Amino acid sequence: MIKLPLMIGIFLLPLVAQADGFSAAAGEEFWNRTFVDTGSGQERRCASCHTSDPRQGGKHAKTGKPIAPMAPSVNPERLTDNRKIAKWFKRNCKWTLGRECTPREQGDLLAFLRSR
Amino acid sequence: MNKTATIILILLALALLGSAGLALSDDDQDSDDDDHRKRWSRDAKPGVVSALQQQYVDECGSCHFPYQPGFLPAQSWERVMSGLEDHFGENAELPAEDARQIGNYLRANAAGAVSDGVANRSLAALQGRQGPIRITETRFFRREHDDLTRRMVQDNPQVGSFSNCEACHTRAMEGSFDEHQVRIPGYGRWDD
Repeated sequence: MIKLPLMIGIFLLPLVAQADGFSAAAGEEFWNRTFVDTGSGQERRCASCHTSDPRQGGKHAKTGKPIAPMAPSVNPERLTDNRKIAKWFKRNCKWTLGRECTPREQGDLLAFLRSR
Repeated sequence: MNKTATIILILLALALLGSAGLALSDDDQDSDDDDHRKRWSRDAKPGVVSALQQQYVDECGSCHFPYQPGFLPAQSWERVMSGLEDHFGENAELPAEDARQIGNYLRANAAGAVSDGVANRSLAALQGRQGPIRITETRFFRREHDDLTRRMVQDNPQVGSFSNCEACHTRAMEGSFDEHQVRIPGYGRWDD
């Protein structure tokens, strides 16, 4: 039962993924997906602060503070510091999703940001 | 008394009156603030940024203005640091070591820990009470801003909130909140 999807997945992988097996397309879908905060009922998305285009600058939804583009292609400092990546994933996933992002989700998101 | 002596006396009297005027002139800026020019906080030295200060400014200035530690007493900062998971509605969690270092920095430079114009006034206004953790809700802050309208702040698209210090306090990053340097976007200089 597991074998068939796995075989299909492995076959399709080169078509959609980076060499490390993560999917930029999945990352993009996740980035734009709407999550609902159970406490406030508020809708939250990565794109709410970062915009849907990682090459654009965003801004903090509450304070208005500008956020530099996430794509390393326009902002070479991005995604070079592992501690910083871990810190922001922890905060932002917990706030947006209500939980931490799984390693696969993180990998897909990074693949997406690096693909732009 | 002869003429020369009278003239000299009159001139002397005028000179004294003139300088007395200068000495007594009202300057609502604390002399401490002068020393604080070009320094973000009491802890800072002009042109030299300590590693701990830089860490605080980088971490705690990534979403909002990095409020100088002197605005709140140590207990308020403790409460902030122990509630980072829900930091005024946002998640501001930090790795344990960084949180520890920043906590120490805040405690060491909090109102009551340092002798500083703004910090002392802020602490005094609390009058021994615990006080809020939101700087804009402290008595000191409210008093200083009580003559501002909503149109100038909350309903002003270029300001938005009292927590956005830099929008009006042009030298906030240099630790100066002197009202003579205030420019409210859309309204110009503050004329008290």
